[in-house]
Amino acid sequence: MSTLQVSIYRYNPETDSAPYMQEFQVDTQGRDLMVLDVLHLMKEQDNGLAYRRSCREGVCGSDGMNMNGKNGLACITPLSEVVKKGKLVLRPLPGLPVIRDLVVDMGLFYKQYERIQPYLQNDTPAPAIERLQSPEERDKLDGLYECILCACCSTACPSFWWNPDKFVGPAGLLQAYRFLADSRDTATRERLTELEDPFSVFRCRGIMNCVAVCPKGLNPTRAIGKIREMLLANAT
Amino acid sequence: MVTNITNFGRSGLSDWLVQRVSAIILALYTLFIVAYLLLNPGLDYATWSGLFAQTWMRIFSLLAFVSIAAHAWIGLWTVTTDYLKPTGLRVGIQTFIILAIFVFLVWGIQILWGA
Repeated sequence: MSTLQVSIYRYNPETDSAPYMQEFQVDTQGRDLMVLDVLHLMKEQDNGLAYRRSCREGVCGSDGMNMNGKNGLACITPLSEVVKKGKLVLRPLPGLPVIRDLVVDMGLFYKQYERIQPYLQNDTPAPAIERLQSPEERDKLDGLYECILCACCSTACPSFWWNPDKFVGPAGLLQAYRFLADSRDTATRERLTELEDPFSVFRCRGIMNCVAVCPKGLNPTRAIGKIREMLLANAT
Repeated sequence: MVTNITNFGRSGLSDWLVQRVSAIILALYTLFIVAYLLLNPGLDYATWSGLFAQTWMRIFSLLAFVSIAAHAWIGLWTVTTDYLKPTGLRVGIQTFIILAIFVFLVWGIQILWGA
């Protein structure tokens, strides 16, 4: 038998006056479980524990959380990767309002995503077949379209913590570039105009926390650099 | 688009470009001054004054002053928008910073051409 000590953030606004950390002893039977499995074992001990999960294989993006200080998806993070000195500390994604325990209000995150108009816009008449792309044009979307909107990156970003209402954040900007880079989209100029203010893109200070935490291995900082290049090319 | 009225260039793109160009100018000016001091040990007032009496040095110095004014405005404006949340306090500090930058700039010009 091998026990893991887990310290987890608890807050139920209906009964608690303030958030607190609760200690759990979890028997892992020596297995290298995923953090999500540990949460299930904790829920067996206390079924009032609240967290989001769905696909449990790193596709849905529901179980983003802060594990020993680093954001990630609980379902694809093995204990061997995060546990330090036999202890695991679980907290909700930083910077967003907590609804209960590990469940956060993602409203601001989605609002910023909505702002960049994350859908293809094309003002030319629709062709009888699909709008075709060359393999090279399609290649430009690699590393952009794979985002699952788990919010690990944006909630690891201090610029997003301080100005979540004005700075789009790494997740939104990765998607903004996904549509700027799409050869089938004709709204490039309008999209760029929406981004040239001092907050939306330019609040990025390039510290690359987003790159360090992305569970899909994507690079929002590079996408933001590309947006800056497009803004510069458009305005000079 | 987020609107702004107290940042330097009214646009994030122009602020970003000005910040980078001014940084290069300030780096060149710093390198020049440090190199000049190293190459002129035992520097006396006449030599130092003679350097600043030349037109190209005055232009270079004024360029550096204008650069540091813009650079400080953009940088400190960013800091205030990150950390000062009460609007009255933020606008007050931003106004103070901008006025102080103006005073320092005029003072610098007076020193360059006054002597």
